[in-house]
Amino acid sequence: MTTFYRRLTRFDYLQPASLDEALSMLGSYKGDAKPLAGGTDLIPQIKGREMAALRVVVDLKAIPGLDAITYDATKGLSIGATATVTAVERSPLVRQYYPMLANALTTMASPQVRNRATITGNICSAVPSADSAPTLLAMEAILRLQNQKGERLVPITQFFTGPRQTVLANDELITEIRIPVPPPKSHGVYLKLSPRKSMDLAVVGVAAFVVREGETCKDVRIALGAVAPTPIREARAESALLGKKLTDESIAEAAGAASSECRPIDDHRAAREYRCDMVYVLTKRALTQIKEEAL
Amino acid sequence: MKEIRITVNGKPYELSVRPHATLLEVIREGLGLTGTKEGCGVGECGACTVIMNGKSVNACLVLAPEADGKEITTIEGLANGDKLDPIQQAFYEIGGLQCGFCTPGMIMSTKALLADNPEPSDQEIRKGLEGNFCRCTGYTKIFESVREASRKSRG
Repeated sequence: MTTFYRRLTRFDYLQPASLDEALSMLGSYKGDAKPLAGGTDLIPQIKGREMAALRVVVDLKAIPGLDAITYDATKGLSIGATATVTAVERSPLVRQYYPMLANALTTMASPQVRNRATITGNICSAVPSADSAPTLLAMEAILRLQNQKGERLVPITQFFTGPRQTVLANDELITEIRIPVPPPKSHGVYLKLSPRKSMDLAVVGVAAFVVREGETCKDVRIALGAVAPTPIREARAESALLGKKLTDESIAEAAGAASSECRPIDDHRAAREYRCDMVYVLTKRALTQIKEEAL
Repeated sequence: MKEIRITVNGKPYELSVRPHATLLEVIREGLGLTGTKEGCGVGECGACTVIMNGKSVNACLVLAPEADGKEITTIEGLANGDKLDPIQQAFYEIGGLQCGFCTPGMIMSTKALLADNPEPSDQEIRKGLEGNFCRCTGYTKIFESVREASRKSRG
């Protein structure tokens, strides 16, 4: 049970005017500083006393250009660290080239939260049910991590290490999320199951992405949220479809593989068995939608 | 302390704020504008919804220094003297409230919704108000008030 505290703990607020300045602040404060983008996770965590007292928050929103959303026909989509969920969800570029991402973002929280929250923050918080994660896994996003010393590119498939745990060091920032150009003849669907239609966490989230050549599946990516310690890709379900046609039988086989691979927790939101069953149902439903869309 | 300049309901303020204060605390305790309510304090209920630079936000999740340079509208900024905003008039006429605690947040979310989409469908109204909880009404009359507000605002 989280104790409710009305007030935040004491901390100082820094607002760097450049990325270099932000990285040097994080470098010098190490674990005593937290970067602040939308604050929609950070502030409740501080109010809930879920983290050790911090000395400073480093607000990234004054850094010019860090909220950019750009698309390039060879490099794909680039989402800056402070681009809000609303900005990404409404971006005509995202809607045109990455409709699955736009749809996934629309299922998150509320307008008030989406107006502040960022996708980078959603990823960094690394809760297993993060709504942006299955889509980013299925689209094979690359994260650009920077600290004072330099940068590294981390595929999102290697980013999450456990519930609320990632490979991000405390002096590092994700400065950019890159999503490759979707191949021709590709279709993606994200389906979220939650007890309530709004303001709820996913009990199961399924992102399916299929690239076809003729009628056979040339590339299949199935990613699940909320059914393992981290958002995951389902290799067995993917290979069950690879090189095959999307038929009711092949779809059922892939859905069965996804359901037997996942390792959900049993909690007050949903029982383990229910989550596994729903992985089957939603994977099947997502792939069936892709099959029908592509006709 | 941090020095900030904010405009609230058209009026400029220069304030000295604690860096770990929320915008909600500044609005309610600093400026005495208690129409904006604190419900959950963690961005779930929407009772503290205000409009900041044209976007609805939960004031409980915004740090006071983050509001520096911003234009903020609270529930107190909607009426023009004794003349209610069409949204307030619609909630009043339809009776889109019971205890009234969630109403300022509902109205501010409606304001943001209609500014963006003057003629929302029922589905869009539900989506637009998804971040505002009401524990009394069951929402039917609230949604009806929003439909009425949309009609009134379009004249």
